[in-house]
Amino acid sequence: MFRPLLTLAAATFLLAACETASTISEEAASSADSGATSASSSSTSTASEASSSTSSSSAASAAAAEASALEQARGELMTIGDTVLFGFDSSALSADAMATLDKQAAFLNAKPALRVKIEGHADERGTREYNLALGERRASATRDYLVARGVDGSRIRIVSYGKERPAVVGSNEEAWAKNRRSVTVLN
Amino acid sequence: MMRHLTIFVMILSFIGSPISTSLAQTLRLDITDGQVAPIPIAIAEFTGLDGQPSQVGRQISQIISDDLASSGQFKPVDSAAFIAPPESPKLRPDFNDWTPLGVKGLLIGSAYIDDSGALQVEFVLWDVVAQRDITAGGGAAAREGLRRLSHQIADFVYEEFTGDAAYFDTQIVYVSESGPADKRVKRLAIMDQDGHNHRFLTSGFDLVLTPRFSATAHEIAYLNYFNDEPNVYLLDVATGRTERVGSFPGMTFAPRFSPDGDALIMSLAEDGMTDIYEMDLKTQTIDRLTRSPSIDTSPSYSPDGSQIVFNSDRGGSQQLYVMNRNGKNVRRISYGDGRYATPVWSPRGDIVAFTKMVRGEFYIGVMNVDGSGERLLARGFLVEGPTWAPNGRVLMYFKQEPLNEDGTGGEVALYRVDITGFNERRIITPADASDPAWSPLLR
Repeated sequence: MFRPLLTLAAATFLLAACETASTISEEAASSADSGATSASSSSTSTASEASSSTSSSSAASAAAAEASALEQARGELMTIGDTVLFGFDSSALSADAMATLDKQAAFLNAKPALRVKIEGHADERGTREYNLALGERRASATRDYLVARGVDGSRIRIVSYGKERPAVVGSNEEAWAKNRRSVTVLN
Repeated sequence: MMRHLTIFVMILSFIGSPISTSLAQTLRLDITDGQVAPIPIAIAEFTGLDGQPSQVGRQISQIISDDLASSGQFKPVDSAAFIAPPESPKLRPDFNDWTPLGVKGLLIGSAYIDDSGALQVEFVLWDVVAQRDITAGGGAAAREGLRRLSHQIADFVYEEFTGDAAYFDTQIVYVSESGPADKRVKRLAIMDQDGHNHRFLTSGFDLVLTPRFSATAHEIAYLNYFNDEPNVYLLDVATGRTERVGSFPGMTFAPRFSPDGDALIMSLAEDGMTDIYEMDLKTQTIDRLTRSPSIDTSPSYSPDGSQIVFNSDRGGSQQLYVMNRNGKNVRRISYGDGRYATPVWSPRGDIVAFTKMVRGEFYIGVMNVDGSGERLLARGFLVEGPTWAPNGRVLMYFKQEPLNEDGTGGEVALYRVDITGFNERRIITPADASDPAWSPLLR
């Protein structure tokens, strides 16, 4: 009983280092927001270095540059492919999935300030709680692959949505195949 | 008495279901021949001081009658057939007026609003066959208490005639759904077991799932995506206050209270592994109960709190397992075809309800705690998540229809069915509904 407690404590500490621990308060919500902002502003440091104006106008232009840089990065990620698909009740990465993740890893390694959320999803042909676990397993498999390709794990947050957020609406094999997925999203 | 009838599912209830399944592929539902014939009973309209049915009296009688009829175990006789409507519970009925109706029981009552605005109620339940009174009661309540008071009287009647524990004075917490399937808005909602007194508990801003009542029904444990971080939260029903349960590195979900209410059991998913943890709610001490690289989830306590049934894919596919509360002595109990999920231990202790997935169909079923005696009670394109009425006689679950590509279809609704397999009924809710949880008796 002692050991799991220690493991939990250590892992919690790691989590706290990369993200504000959430409690149910407005304060926590806003601090989490500011955490996200600071992460993305550092990602566009090159853009703000280019502009050398007064502090107030540079803040505004930096924010605009930051937004457009993030938008551009999102576009690049979409081109690479933000989604990998899984087999039924499986979290095994296919050759296609690995090819996509290789490109994602190269992209993320080239932009070390970007932070991502990996969403894990399941199709509707399972029970809710099991599918939440399955989504987490798929998101973890995706993260582990990116980390093995050199992406710093502390840049990655994973969230499972189980069967709650299908990409394709429909109760048929095609829709289910597209909904068994992980999606890499820029934070 | 426990003669076993098997009826093909197609005959039962799935008229208009768009699934085309050949009979050969479809598993059969099992209907036991328990108390099939409902008990005929007369529920007189409760009278006011003038001996005539009062407005509140009519409401009370209607609620009692509806409760008893909904159980499938009673058949209230239409009051139009009464030879002489009773004027007061203080008067002994003339059984010559009731025997011809074939009723076994007769409920007579009075109900009126007194000068202080309080609701005054009295009732006597008669055994028409033995011609004697069985039970009597009464008291005053606030006007708003009319429905609960009526459910409690229905509970008296139910207990006297069935010998089973009652379940009408209970609530359901569930997830109310709206919006398109890929951007579904989900809110916690609570209502009486008959669908009345409906109210929402959350705004719908955060995704919420799988609410479960505490032993007192004062608190609800549920999964909340607050800040896009899925974790188990507690909600105080009276005040609406919410609080996160503990602080864990991964996602916590699948919560359930222990029968004594002192502990919460749930899953923690981290690094692709999902295990079961128990938290002492007073000391916040955490015990890890499973440690396997598999998915261990949907834990549910036995009513005495000594054991836990859960869902695991440790053997390669989703099956049901039982372990001691300390995590020792794990044994698999499901060995039928297909995958098994969402086990919930009956309040009576002898059986476990579950969701079963086989050959493209979903079923709600029950099995003995040792895995024997599997019986399937409901079927659908997707039926999931059974929850027990506190007397262990009725199961509620949700049913989802298939979704069409144009976004139509996909209706989700709550249903209940008797553990005999009879009396499947849809529960009417203001919007689509899933993830029901039945409260304990409120008294």
